[in-house]
Amino acid sequence: MVVEYAAKAVENSGTAIGLRVKDGVVLAVEKLIHSKLLVPGANRRIQTVDRHMGMATAGLLADGRNIANRARDEIANIRSTWRETPTVKERPRAVADRIALYAQAYTLYSSVRPFGISTIFGGVDKTGPSLYVVEPSGVCLGYHGAAVGKGRQLAKTELEKLKLSELSIREAVVEAARIIYLVHDDNKEKEFELEMSWAGDETNGLHVPVPAELLADAEQKAREALETFE
Amino acid sequence: MDRIDINRLKSGEVNLGTSIMAVQFDKGVVIGADSRTTTGSYIANRVTDKLTHVHDRIYCCRSGSAADTQAVADIVHYYLQLYTQMHGTAPPVSSAAAIFQKICYENKDALSAGIIVAGWDKEMGPSVYNIPLGGGLFRQPWAIGGSGSTYVYGYCDATYQEGWGKDEAVNFVKNTLSLAMARDGSSGGVIRMCIITEEGVERLFIPGDKLPKFWEGREVLSVPVSKDATVPVPMAVE
Repeated sequence: MVVEYAAKAVENSGTAIGLRVKDGVVLAVEKLIHSKLLVPGANRRIQTVDRHMGMATAGLLADGRNIANRARDEIANIRSTWRETPTVKERPRAVADRIALYAQAYTLYSSVRPFGISTIFGGVDKTGPSLYVVEPSGVCLGYHGAAVGKGRQLAKTELEKLKLSELSIREAVVEAARIIYLVHDDNKEKEFELEMSWAGDETNGLHVPVPAELLADAEQKAREALETFE
Repeated sequence: MDRIDINRLKSGEVNLGTSIMAVQFDKGVVIGADSRTTTGSYIANRVTDKLTHVHDRIYCCRSGSAADTQAVADIVHYYLQLYTQMHGTAPPVSSAAAIFQKICYENKDALSAGIIVAGWDKEMGPSVYNIPLGGGLFRQPWAIGGSGSTYVYGYCDATYQEGWGKDEAVNFVKNTLSLAMARDGSSGGVIRMCIITEEGVERLFIPGDKLPKFWEGREVLSVPVSKDATVPVPMAVE
């Protein structure tokens, strides 16, 4: 029951999406701005947890930070014990798996509440690109395209239309921006900021924010697409 | 408080005096060890097997305290079984070495263990890792360890060549261990070897009387240089 409330917290937050494509992953977040006083570009919702891996969250921001720190600790532990590069899901080095176990543990006891976030883990490791979503209940599933948060229904519909396994990450960046803008349209009253990151061949396997130029270009194309969308 | 002497065994503890080594060749690794375990000057076991299986294609050579190295090897064996179960494939040798190193370093005050980890895995092929007393980790093409190793550093440095195949590597191990066993009182007995490749593990056994022989000394210590050397003239006796 409490897990359902946690899921509600996720549903009411800004959308986060992830795309797993041919040569990498792209994460994008619709960051709703609730005050003009907030510094643009601060308060990131996409965290880097390892050089080649990042996570985007939807839900309670503070819970997101907790999970990000836990993920970083788990990664440090994997590197220290096995002296290997952690993978997103492939066990036993699975970061997403460990976080899923951690989230699930909080659903067992009445003295704590479950985490009010869904986390999208995206990364590129030696098995290729991976995208996994951990829900408040602790369920961890792999996706080619994932969406969580307010606009997930529309985002999922749009993602299903794409041929994700054929896109490059550069193309995926443009698509992700377009989807976020589309999804935000339903939410026009609030201002929003688009936050995106990518990892793949073009970034040499590192998880980094999308460069400003590419981001601006993608946003421009997204606005144009919005006008022609019915 | 006196400095802790990690080389002193606890009373009743058994010592793997030892000569151990491992050599990497193109398709795999050859590991070898002598077979002597001593308690003081008594040889507690003269046919010891110091080459310990921790995984299908990963073995370790143990030197130092027999108890310590057996305990550490058992723990690593457990971890690698866990890895295989959780992961579905064999662990890389680097991971096995990492676990050995973690244990040896974190417990360096309590342990007396010099271990050589060697094996074959899909990603890296053959590899040899030396973990001496302090718990440092060193990947090397060939590694020697144990009390007997000190006598053969020169021989190894002078003989080793890159690019050897299986037979040359086996010979190298055989000769080196023989020399070490000949000079080190804590090493002796038979030579046990394992050849680890993608296909499997082959065990070799060389009994004491079949060890390669080197300079053994001469039976008679001095012989006159030439036959008609000064023959002493008997003293005239009146």
